[in-house]
Amino acid sequence: MNTERLLELRGLCIDFGDRRVVSHLDLSVARGETVAVVGESGSGKSVSALGALDLLPSGARITGEREFEGRDLARLDKRQWSALRGGRIGFIFQEPMTSLNPLHTVGQQIGESLRLHQGLRGSSARTRSRELLESVKLPRAEALLRARPHQLSGGQRQRVMIAMAIANDPALLIADEPTTALDVTVQRDILALLDELRRVHHMGLLLISHDLNLVRRHADRVVVMHRGAAVESGSTQAVFTSPRADYTRHLLAAVPDGRPQPLPGAVSQPRLAARELGVEFARPRPLLRPRPTAFVALEPLSLAVAPGETLGIVGESGSGKSTLANALIRLLPSRGEIDFEGQRLDRLTGNALRRRRRDFQIVFQDPYGSLSPRMPVADLVSEGLRFHHPELDRKAIDERIRSVLREVGLPADCGDRYPHEFSGGQRQRIAIARALVLKPKLLVLDEPTSALDRTVQKQLITLLREVQSRHGISYLFISHDLAVVRAMAHRILVLKEGRVIETGPCEQLLSSPQSEYTRTLVEAAELTPVAPDLSR
Amino acid sequence: MNQAHVPRRDAPSNGRGRLSPIARRRLRVFRGNRRAWWSLWLFGLLFAISLGAEFVANDKPIVMRYEGNWYAPLFVDYPETTFGGFLPTATDYRDPVIRAQIEDDGWMLWPPVPFSYQTLDRDVEGPIPSPPTLRHWLGTDDQGRDVFARVLYGFRLSVAFALALTAGSIVLGVLLGGIQGYYGGKIDLVGQRLIEIWSGLPVLFLLIIMASLVEPNVWWLLGIMLMFSWLGLVDIVRAEFLRARNLEYVRAARALGLPSRLIMWRHVLPNAMVATLTFIPFLFTGAITTLTALDFLGFGLPSGSPSLGELVAQGKNNLQAPWLGITAFVTLSLMLSLLVFIGEGLRDAFDPRHILSSISARPTAQERP
Repeated sequence: MNTERLLELRGLCIDFGDRRVVSHLDLSVARGETVAVVGESGSGKSVSALGALDLLPSGARITGEREFEGRDLARLDKRQWSALRGGRIGFIFQEPMTSLNPLHTVGQQIGESLRLHQGLRGSSARTRSRELLESVKLPRAEALLRARPHQLSGGQRQRVMIAMAIANDPALLIADEPTTALDVTVQRDILALLDELRRVHHMGLLLISHDLNLVRRHADRVVVMHRGAAVESGSTQAVFTSPRADYTRHLLAAVPDGRPQPLPGAVSQPRLAARELGVEFARPRPLLRPRPTAFVALEPLSLAVAPGETLGIVGESGSGKSTLANALIRLLPSRGEIDFEGQRLDRLTGNALRRRRRDFQIVFQDPYGSLSPRMPVADLVSEGLRFHHPELDRKAIDERIRSVLREVGLPADCGDRYPHEFSGGQRQRIAIARALVLKPKLLVLDEPTSALDRTVQKQLITLLREVQSRHGISYLFISHDLAVVRAMAHRILVLKEGRVIETGPCEQLLSSPQSEYTRTLVEAAELTPVAPDLSR
Repeated sequence: MNQAHVPRRDAPSNGRGRLSPIARRRLRVFRGNRRAWWSLWLFGLLFAISLGAEFVANDKPIVMRYEGNWYAPLFVDYPETTFGGFLPTATDYRDPVIRAQIEDDGWMLWPPVPFSYQTLDRDVEGPIPSPPTLRHWLGTDDQGRDVFARVLYGFRLSVAFALALTAGSIVLGVLLGGIQGYYGGKIDLVGQRLIEIWSGLPVLFLLIIMASLVEPNVWWLLGIMLMFSWLGLVDIVRAEFLRARNLEYVRAARALGLPSRLIMWRHVLPNAMVATLTFIPFLFTGAITTLTALDFLGFGLPSGSPSLGELVAQGKNNLQAPWLGITAFVTLSLMLSLLVFIGEGLRDAFDPRHILSSISARPTAQERP
């Protein structure tokens, strides 16, 4: 391996006011190698990369030695910085949705960088842009140059971002969670592309990620960060097979494990059954022309969930999983029959439906958005209780709040605090408490763990399984993450583009998928568990 | 591991009645803006004084004692016969005969300014409008009425009118905007078109026509202006509701089975109120200027009411008596400037960027993956 040093950080410290977010970080990246910075959210991994390149908002104080290709970064002036960033160093951000300017075409955005750094204009810039798009394996590059970001899919946008990052042949590419917002199958392709580009252009790649699986496959060396400090660094092989720090071991063990409680045999009546359930969205009618056919978000399908059973609904973004869940609990208008404990849910309206809602609850994906920021926890949790059980007095309600908070593992006296005082995992527990306090019979979990770190995810899954076995609640568990679904679901339903691809018992479906699509999903998820590898 | 670490609470808890942390932060930002904070106090003080205008400037004594009995002329109308007069009409305490009669066997406690807004001072020296003297601090207008008393009462009337108009506009605007925004669809479409038509009606002509049909009084004026002043709020509130109804916690509330009115009241309205609150100072100043302008043109309050607009008109008609114009100008500009300063402070306090910068780099801002 070529050992030409590119980026070299020694004792990097970053402070916001009097709060130290990164302390004494050592990091180096050489040409041709991939170095990964791993850590949970809030561990300071992105901040350190941004800080090394002076990309932090004013107010951040950066100390320590920073060198790039032997030059001291602390001494650079504004012009030298802008020649470096986007020139010698390419940057790929996490959010392909917001990192591209929605008003400019792809061609304009790539061209801008080419003009600034290489002085390319007109047709030469255009040719180079097309080459770049081809090099990131985007088909129909010519047409794409004229496209605006909203016309591209998430994966395409991320490829455009990569094309922009490598436009000026950088020596170092920094990728900050490059695939977090993408579907698993797309994720795999993007990473393969990054690997290939690194090899072809002989670049250094600094990969920032929370995903251990991904890091393990792609990085040569790993730095594990925890609360702003590097707790361990070394070759990927060494860190993963014989971790020295406790925190690394803890992180490696944080894999959704365990299996759902087996069901107690055959049940006569399903708790929830849907027959020929379909969802369509009408398209707006253009002036003076016939109304176009409705957009089919979900083709008619049938399913059933038994008491105490978890049905996992799996699919990539846009596959209609959330649509299905929302339609089942009548938050979206749908066709077909929905049968809840023998009652036709689809025929209920108005007040009757609202009263029935206490039996089926939902937990949303985003723990930051699903709790009203203006209400203290006790009010949030008790809101449904106060509406559905007006007969309860203040004392009884308080008692219920305390017991449900205890059940989800929160301190019982946190009722008068506000959501912003809690971490993501705790907020999701509050959201679960809000649903559980009504003692529902069916709980829809719409990606409840996707926004959380692996360690928190694991705790939440354990909690959900406990709650299920204690109360016999049926779950509809929606996720794109097969590892999580495997730990939760008895049966799985795979959706793609609004159609059911496959359905069956969890283990069987994952071990021997019948359809081509499920097979790709399972492969991309790389379900080879990380934890057992430790013992090898 | 994250679960074990429950963040420390930094404020003492005193039950559910306490201000939410956001509200406390806003209050802090507002108080940090010294100009707005002082303006609020000054305006509050002026308004408090004008609320007690009857005790400050009046043509009746506050309390009096006559032949061993207590009287409170401010609150009770006593006929002249009570004090040895001849007619059973309300007493004119400024009448020298009555005055002598009372002070013969008792005493009167007068307000600091012994004129009400409509008292005609017949004993004023020189031609009217007369310049400021010790007797009339700000002079008299062209009918011999005390300008200070008229400003005091006029200030109160303007602010009260503006308050009522603003409150009414908020109720109407939030209600109608909220309904349109929350339900969307056809209700929204039809509502918006109706509002567009409605806002096309010329308010000024309506007022002029009305002035020829009925005797205009404060309530008529308030009613007609209320019919139009809420329109400005609807757009903001509607937009806020439209946005908020798709927020996840609103969907969560729907999933809980809460009825729409509760969702709107508890979850959506608090969000919309922020936009509304920042709009209030502008509604308020708008109401005051409109009332003044109408009075100036003569289509406003009935003649004789204490009104700043009328004072402006008098100043214009009596340029030889500059104290009229200057008083009107100073009063109006002071009042409007104070309101604008308060409004600026409010707007900054509710500006999320301002709040973010005051809590820069909190751990929660980092946590989001």
